[in-house]
Amino acid sequence: MLRLSLDAKTVERCHEISENITSRVIDELSSLSTVAIERTVARFAGIEGVTADGVPLANVLVSHLVEKGKIHDGVAIHLANACLALGKTPAGISEMISRGEIDISNLEWQGTEEVTRKAREICKDSLDKIRARRAEREVLLEQLPVTQTPWLYVICATGNIHEDAVQGRLAASQGADVIAVIRSTGQSLLDYVPHGITTEGFGGTYATQANFKLMRDALDEESHKLGRYVRLVNYCSGLCMPEIAYMGAVERLDMMLNDAMYGILFRDINMERTFVDQNFSRMINAYAGIIINTGEDNYLTTVDAFDAGPSVLASQFMNYHFAKKAGLRDEQIGLGHAFEIDPSIEDSLSYELAMALLVRQLFPDCPIKYMPPTVHKKGDIFTSHVLDSNFNLVSVLTGQTIHLVGMLTEAIHTPLIQDRYLSIRAAAYMRQAAKHLGHNLEVKRGGLLEARATSILDDTLKLLERVNEQGLFAAITEGVFAGVKRLRTGGKGREGVFKKSRWYFSPVEEALRAGLSGESLGEGPIQD
Amino acid sequence: MGTVIRHGHDRATSGAKVANTPHSDLVLPYGDQFNDGIVQVSFTLPVAAGALAEEAARQTMKLMGLEEPQVAEVAPIGENATFFVGYGKLTRPVELSKLRIAKPMWEELDQITINRLVQETLGRAMVVVGAATGQDAHTLGLDAILNYKGFAGNRGLEAYSALKVVNMGSQVPNETLVAKAREVSADAVLVSQVVTERNVHLANLTNLVELLEAEGLRDKVVLVVGGPRITHALAVELGYDAGFGPGTRPQDVASYLAQEVARRVLN
Repeated sequence: MLRLSLDAKTVERCHEISENITSRVIDELSSLSTVAIERTVARFAGIEGVTADGVPLANVLVSHLVEKGKIHDGVAIHLANACLALGKTPAGISEMISRGEIDISNLEWQGTEEVTRKAREICKDSLDKIRARRAEREVLLEQLPVTQTPWLYVICATGNIHEDAVQGRLAASQGADVIAVIRSTGQSLLDYVPHGITTEGFGGTYATQANFKLMRDALDEESHKLGRYVRLVNYCSGLCMPEIAYMGAVERLDMMLNDAMYGILFRDINMERTFVDQNFSRMINAYAGIIINTGEDNYLTTVDAFDAGPSVLASQFMNYHFAKKAGLRDEQIGLGHAFEIDPSIEDSLSYELAMALLVRQLFPDCPIKYMPPTVHKKGDIFTSHVLDSNFNLVSVLTGQTIHLVGMLTEAIHTPLIQDRYLSIRAAAYMRQAAKHLGHNLEVKRGGLLEARATSILDDTLKLLERVNEQGLFAAITEGVFAGVKRLRTGGKGREGVFKKSRWYFSPVEEALRAGLSGESLGEGPIQD
Repeated sequence: MGTVIRHGHDRATSGAKVANTPHSDLVLPYGDQFNDGIVQVSFTLPVAAGALAEEAARQTMKLMGLEEPQVAEVAPIGENATFFVGYGKLTRPVELSKLRIAKPMWEELDQITINRLVQETLGRAMVVVGAATGQDAHTLGLDAILNYKGFAGNRGLEAYSALKVVNMGSQVPNETLVAKAREVSADAVLVSQVVTERNVHLANLTNLVELLEAEGLRDKVVLVVGGPRITHALAVELGYDAGFGPGTRPQDVASYLAQEVARRVLN
C-alpha cells in the first residue's frame, strides 16, 4: 500500500493544537443558541406546517418568542407550558399564534417539573423516528451492499425535484453510488426552509422536507432494482443548517455537506451563528448516522491550489475536531479536498498524489471526500476529460472513499445526461483498472511525494500554531483561510444569535447528548 | 463570391486537388483535408438503443445539415436514452467577408499606463463598484477580476492605484447595487453573472439597466457585465457598455475602463 513516512510527532501536535483551537471556540460559544436551533426544536416538536402566506410555523413560533423577549429561554419550555395550559398540541399552539389568538409568553406557569416532562414528551416522536430511520439504513446497507470504493458521487441540479428524481435514478443505474441534489442558488441565505415539493429553482433545487422525501423514495426504488444502496446527499449549511439537518435525519438522507467555516468564508454568515448552528446540526447528523462532507475544496477555488495545501489540511484538522466534539465518529467525517493544482505546473500530478495520500493517511478511518478539478477546466471538454482521468487515477490509487465524479463540461453547463454517463464511465473504468495498483506500489523514501507531503504537514503545523496563538476568530478576521477576511461582529444572521437564560432548556439537545454518549446507540461501525 | 468547394466522397480522388487551392473567404470545418466539412457531434436521444434509435440518430444528423452521417458509437445510457457519437460533412460554407462581429474597441494597456490614463483624465481615482447580482451566489469571477490577487498571475483591479474598488460580493439585489453606486459616486459598475439557468441572468441584467435609467445614473457610469456566458455583443444588446466572457483577465477590464472613461471625458 502506498504510504508516506511522516513524522508522528508533527501529526500528534497538529491534532493537539486543533483540539485546543476547536475546544476554545465551542466553550466560548456554549452559552449561545440561535433562532435556527430553536426552529429546529420546534420542528422536533412536530411543528412542520406553513401559514397561508407560506411562512413556516416554526418561524412563526420563534419570531413570536423573540418579539415577546422570551427566546432566551428556548422555545421548548414555553411551547410545553402552552400545550399544558391550553390542552393543545405543539402544532395547534403554533397555528393559534399564527392567527394572533394567543401570547404564550404570559400563560400561567404549569410548574417546572411538569413543563420539563412535557417538553421531553413533545420531542420524543421525532427522536424515535430518527433512530428508526437510522436502523432502516443499516438494514438496507446489509441487504443492498455497496461493494466498491470509491463511491461515485454525482450531482443533480435541474430545479425541478421530479426531474431530479428521474436524473438521479438514471445516474444510479449508470453506476453512481451517491446522488447529491444541489440547492437552489441563494437558499443558504434564506432564514427559513421553503415548504413542499418545488419545481422551480436557480442553479439547483430547493432543499425542502417534501423534496427530500420524494428523492429518497425514488432512490430507494432504484436501490432495490440495482441491488445496491444509493446514498442521497443534501446541503446542511447556511442560515438554516440545523433545520436541514433535522429534515435530512427524518427523511433518511445519508450524507450532508456541513463545513465548519464555509458559511463564514463564502456566504458571509456571522461567525458565531455559523459555529453554534454547525455544532448543533452536527449533533443531529451524528445521531442520525449521517456522514458529513466538509468543504475544503472550496478554498482551492479562491486561492492557488499549489500554495493552499497547508490551509486545506489545517481546516481538515479543525473540521475533524469540531466534528468529534459534536459526537460524530470517524466513519461519519467525510473530510473534503480537491484536485485543483494548475495542470501546467511540472509534476502537478505528483503533487496531487502527495496531497491525496497525505490526507488519506492522516485520517485513516474517515471517508475522505475527493473533489474533481474545476478551476482549470475551460471549454475544451476533451482536455477536461483527460484531467478527470488523472483525478480518477489518483483517487483510486490513494484509496479515497467518496469520489465526486468530475464532469467534462464542468466549465460550461450543468451536466447533460451524456456528460454524466461519460464521466461515471471514466471513473468506473479507473476503479476497475487500478483497483490493486496502490497495494503494489511503494512511495520512494525521501522522494518528491514525501518531500511535498512533509513540507505541507510542517507548514500546516505552523499555521495551526499561529491560529492557536490568536484564536480562530482572529485568524478568520485576518484572512488565514481561503484569503477571505470576516469580522466576528459582521456577516448575516448575527441578530439571530442570543444568550441562553438560566431557564433555558432544550429536550432535543439533552437527548442528542445522551444518545451520543454511546449508551442508547450501541457501538460498532455504522457504515458498510 | 466563388463557387462552393465540394469534396468528392472518395478521399483518394478528392484530396490533393482541393487541398492545394484553399479559398480564403469560403470556409468549411476542417477535418482531415482542407474544407472537407467534417464535423463531430454527440447527443442523446430519448429512445431505447436499437436499430430505430440508430436510424433516428442518422436522421437527426441530416436535420443538422450533415451529409453522409455516420454513427460511430451507440451507447444505451438508460431505459429510454441512447447516446451517440457521429460524424458527417457540412457542405455550406461560411463567407468570412460577409460576417459582422462586435469587436471591443480598446487596446490592452499595462498597469502603469492605465493608472496614468485614469489620473490624467479624471484627476482622481476611478470608483468601481462590482457585484454578483440577483440570485447569483458565485463570486469566483468577480473576485478574480477585483481582488488584489487577481487571476492567473494577473493582478486584480484592487492592485491598481488609480482604481478604487468596492466589492459588494454575491446575491446583491439590483436596487442595493444602484444605491451603492449613487452613494460612492461610482464611475463604473461591474456586474458578474454566472448562473444562467433558464436565462435568469438576462431578465436580471435588463432590470439593472432599467433601474439605472430610472435613477438617472445610466449615463454617469460605465456599465460592464462579465460571466462565462457573456459576450460583448450580448452585453451591448442588453444595454451595457461592454461585456467580458471566459478567459478575461483583470487587465483587460482595467484597460477598457481607463480608455472608456478617457473617451467620455474627452468627448
